[in-house]
Amino acid sequence: MSEWVEACAVDDVETEDLIRFDHAGKTYAIYRSPEDEFFATDGLCTHEQVHLSGGLVMDYIIECPKHNGRFDYRTGDPKGAPVCVKLQTYPAKVEAGKVLIDIGG
Amino acid sequence: MGGLVIVGAGECGVRAAFALREAGFDGPVTLIGDEPHLPYERPPLSKTFPTAPKHIAGEDAYAAARIDLVRGRRVSAIDRAKKRIAFAEGGDLAYERLLIATGSRASLFPGMEKARTLRTLSDAETTLGSLAPGKKLVIVGGGFIGLELAATARKLGADVTVIEAAPRLMARVVPTEIASVAEARHRAEGVAFILGTQVRTVTETSIMLADGHVIEADQVIAGVGALPNTELAAAAGLAIENGILVDGCFRTSDPDIFAAGDCCNFPYREARTRLESWRAAQDHGKHAARAILGGEDAYQRVPWFWSDQYDLTLQVAGLPDPAAASIRRDLGDGAFILFQLAPDGSLLSASGIGVENAVAKDIRLAEMMIEKGINPEPAKLADPTVNLKSLLRG
Repeated sequence: MSEWVEACAVDDVETEDLIRFDHAGKTYAIYRSPEDEFFATDGLCTHEQVHLSGGLVMDYIIECPKHNGRFDYRTGDPKGAPVCVKLQTYPAKVEAGKVLIDIGG
Repeated sequence: MGGLVIVGAGECGVRAAFALREAGFDGPVTLIGDEPHLPYERPPLSKTFPTAPKHIAGEDAYAAARIDLVRGRRVSAIDRAKKRIAFAEGGDLAYERLLIATGSRASLFPGMEKARTLRTLSDAETTLGSLAPGKKLVIVGGGFIGLELAATARKLGADVTVIEAAPRLMARVVPTEIASVAEARHRAEGVAFILGTQVRTVTETSIMLADGHVIEADQVIAGVGALPNTELAAAAGLAIENGILVDGCFRTSDPDIFAAGDCCNFPYREARTRLESWRAAQDHGKHAARAILGGEDAYQRVPWFWSDQYDLTLQVAGLPDPAAASIRRDLGDGAFILFQLAPDGSLLSASGIGVENAVAKDIRLAEMMIEKGINPEPAKLADPTVNLKSLLRG
């Protein structure tokens, strides 16, 4: 079942970057791609539970700030050692200047 | 191609084994480690306690990749003429190509042989397992391992003293300004330092300093550097020079034998270097695997290190020159990065310190700039409102 929540304003995230969003005891990462599309994933790396929000976004890849685990943030697919477990993704959309993500699953 | 054999099941060897499969190699792969455990990550050993091992890969992953993981056996000799390795426990094994990834071990100075060291999971269990509030721990060596251990021991409530021969901490790895931030934090956490002081002798429970002064302790641990495990390669007649000498493809002086990770001395820029680094071990392993299968491209990755002490994280890209001038970029909340330029103006190194991952993004960008040979404008490096991505992409 869908459960859309407001994560942030569009302008809160720079192009080709991400921010952390905490909601109901969980932490998420909100991405803005080089083409200004928005995406959302779990906020913690699957390798050692580090917040991805300090990491670097290059094109469609988020790299964990701690050990350089890489994921495609559109699909959550791991892109090389040390990560091998997929990152959970969530649908994201923009409405009236706000970024909403669907955490219903 | 016949069987590929990897000696050493640490970070480098394990990554190489999986990389052989990822590159499409279909023949036998044997990975041999002398520890009894499933291969695990070493960095957490000094940073966390209790030390539930973090495995590099699950046991089923080796089976799925058809990697024959041999644990708890030590390779004692390489017969290059017959292309076979011998096990200390008896028996031997043929190889078509061999990768030596034997890593490094903690070094000790004469007189310090009785100090404990921290290198393996069992070291960590013995060393950290006995720490408790009020126990007195003396650490010889104010480098990454000694300081990480000091932070962990303080968290466990132990009384910690660090003795360092150099006048300041982490002198080999980071510029003074960064070391000072870490030192101040350790002092605030209650760690005592004796700097600029040599150690003469060590027993299990005491240390005698160069001036004859004796410090009693419940435990003495040394973190004073590492030595490459080159004995196997040396006995087989391979070229050794501060590590097993390899070219940019990790080839030794024998075309069928490769060496990678902490145990090798490889070309970096115009010089040669040997690293003790988790990231380099991974990258070497992956690169060597491709070279074993015929890859000809030279390794180009920039060295990258990190250390965690309390909630502070240090990250370093490139090889800093402790004596060279730096350009400082302040990121707020006390976090900052020091950049150093080579004489030709290209970026040489970047070292940063801050709470949690405050410096990570910029250090990663700096690493890419070093790799690409970019000549950044110093004023832009110093200005935190300038996104380093713009310098990377020109």
